[in-house]
Amino acid sequence: MANKTILEIKDLDISFRTNAGTIHAIRGVNLDLQKGETVAIVGESGSGKSVTMKAACGLLDANATINSGEVLYTYAEGDGPEQTVDLLKIPKRQLRKDFNGNRIAMVFQDPMTSLDPTMQIGKQIMEGMILHRGMSKADAWKRSVELLELVGITDAEKRMKNYPHQLSGGMRQRVVIAIALSGRPDILICDEPTTALDVTIQAKILELIKDVQDRLGLSVIYITHDLGVVAKVADYVNVMYAGKIVEVGNVNEIFYEPAHPYTWGLLSAMPDLDTDDDRLYSIPGSPPNLLHEPKGDAFTPRNAFAMKIDEKEAPPLFKISDTHYAATWLLHPDAPKAELPEGLKARLERAKKEAEKYL
Amino acid sequence: MVKYTLKRVGMALLTLLLIVFLLFVLVRIMPGNPFPSERMSAEQIAAKRLEMGLDDPILVQFGRYMANLLKGDFGRGTSLYYGAPINTVLSTAISNSFRIGGIAILIGTAVGLLLGIVAALNRGRFLDGFCTVFSIIGVCVPSYVFLIFLQYFFSFKIPFFPYFFDANRFLFSSVLPSLSLSLFTMSTVARFTRNEMVEVMDSDYVRLAESKGLYGGTLVRRHVLRNALVPIVTVLAPLIVDLLTGALVVEKIYGINGIGKLMVDAITGEGVDYNYVLALGILYSALYIGIMLVVDLLYGLLDPRIRVSTKEG
Repeated sequence: MANKTILEIKDLDISFRTNAGTIHAIRGVNLDLQKGETVAIVGESGSGKSVTMKAACGLLDANATINSGEVLYTYAEGDGPEQTVDLLKIPKRQLRKDFNGNRIAMVFQDPMTSLDPTMQIGKQIMEGMILHRGMSKADAWKRSVELLELVGITDAEKRMKNYPHQLSGGMRQRVVIAIALSGRPDILICDEPTTALDVTIQAKILELIKDVQDRLGLSVIYITHDLGVVAKVADYVNVMYAGKIVEVGNVNEIFYEPAHPYTWGLLSAMPDLDTDDDRLYSIPGSPPNLLHEPKGDAFTPRNAFAMKIDEKEAPPLFKISDTHYAATWLLHPDAPKAELPEGLKARLERAKKEAEKYL
Repeated sequence: MVKYTLKRVGMALLTLLLIVFLLFVLVRIMPGNPFPSERMSAEQIAAKRLEMGLDDPILVQFGRYMANLLKGDFGRGTSLYYGAPINTVLSTAISNSFRIGGIAILIGTAVGLLLGIVAALNRGRFLDGFCTVFSIIGVCVPSYVFLIFLQYFFSFKIPFFPYFFDANRFLFSSVLPSLSLSLFTMSTVARFTRNEMVEVMDSDYVRLAESKGLYGGTLVRRHVLRNALVPIVTVLAPLIVDLLTGALVVEKIYGINGIGKLMVDAITGEGVDYNYVLALGILYSALYIGIMLVVDLLYGLLDPRIRVSTKEG
């Protein structure tokens, strides 16, 4: 790989103290982000996608404990030499001052609630620039207007004085993106940026993020449960289940040659127009309660392909190709050969043919 | 905003007029004699009634009363203070009550806000628990019990503060009653501030502000406090009126010639003094309506969402 790694999460392990007991939410997550690339983290609600990225930004709730792991971030100060720091080891104040916003910015899920209702949006965009980077008010204003124009808000000058409630959901998400960009970050973390938006707006916001990514050379991490979004934007995909990454690969590998039964389930659960089946598949059962440490592979109870060993021991990541890994015993040389489910197989064939048409 | 303000002021005045009328009628229906009947013969009472026009049709009486009221004259008492002009008596009482209540409001709000903020910032830790316990005690213990407690320790055991109110040493002698009156406000404000702030601090927009790189005092000042303030203002308003209009028992115990004591005297005296009850009732209502009006207008300043909806409404 010619690219260099900008963010590397190593063996991250996080638990939450709750009234019911300790929840072991993240159980050894590894993740790489290369400069300029887009990585998606996919998984069901509660699989730990958001927690992983919040940990990287120091935004975890107070009841979270980081048991082990590193979040290595590589950057250069201006033209200075490259340096790598472990974001988890940096004191919170310094993290906020030097990294949040400046280097790593976040776009949140719900634009209806992620802007301060009592502050003009202009002020909210300028805030970071004035407080952190010591910009003058006039410069910050100018830059904010530019940012608003960059994210496609017309009448930017006038909009600066608006309050969030005067804007539509899509506009607000654009403002949130403008805020995220205001510190000229290297990394943009998008936590389900389109989930709360109208379908018609979703595509526009995705295009916008892609557009600013190209223009500003950002590296982007998408957290999503929408495989449609993944297919559209991602270079690499991490499939997460019960606090672990179960399959990682580039977007073609995940969509055309999935190896983990959970990924099969996710793909089968996508609505598809070209099928004779009139029922939409869903993965049976529900994710495990991480209050109790799952024994063996956490996916076993929902896995039609589960073997005896799945109940006893969690599978390691098996290498399929240089970029493609999956944690399932089915990839062990001694495992019986498991066939893709019929419906999914036919569907992947169709998708491949479809894709070839455009090559 | 101007139109909205005018509309609200108009509504407030109308409400007040209605209340004055109701009070006027109710006072006359109330059982009890407006004159100290033990000391007056039937003839004297009849003469007095005639003099004060109490036998005229009620609307005529009301019209006469309103005409005086618009001139700012509450009339004379029927039995209290031998019929001295109410305005004179009332202004002394108001100045006493307002000053003691005012100090109580200042202490209560300032300390309450501080406690609430400290508790919210230390959520789940010792200081939070301490503030919670303090608030519960403060809400549960009546202010006069607290006053007696203070009197016992700081007037009797350590004779520092005076036992009773002394108008000549105003500030000094209002420490104990003000402190005991402020306890309830302090606790209520502390509790609300804490809960509102905790809620706001869990909100997405505070997460976003953090991801922008804001922290500590800047974060609290710019994003948390203002958003938490709207509900706090709501609970604070009626508390302010309560404190201003005097605490009946505290004034009685500490011998303060305030509104609260005046109200008790007007009802429990030798006769039920119609005009005092009426004047105090009007004062109470006017304050309440006035403060509520201010609060409504304040909402618009604090929360732009309310500003816009009122523009349209």
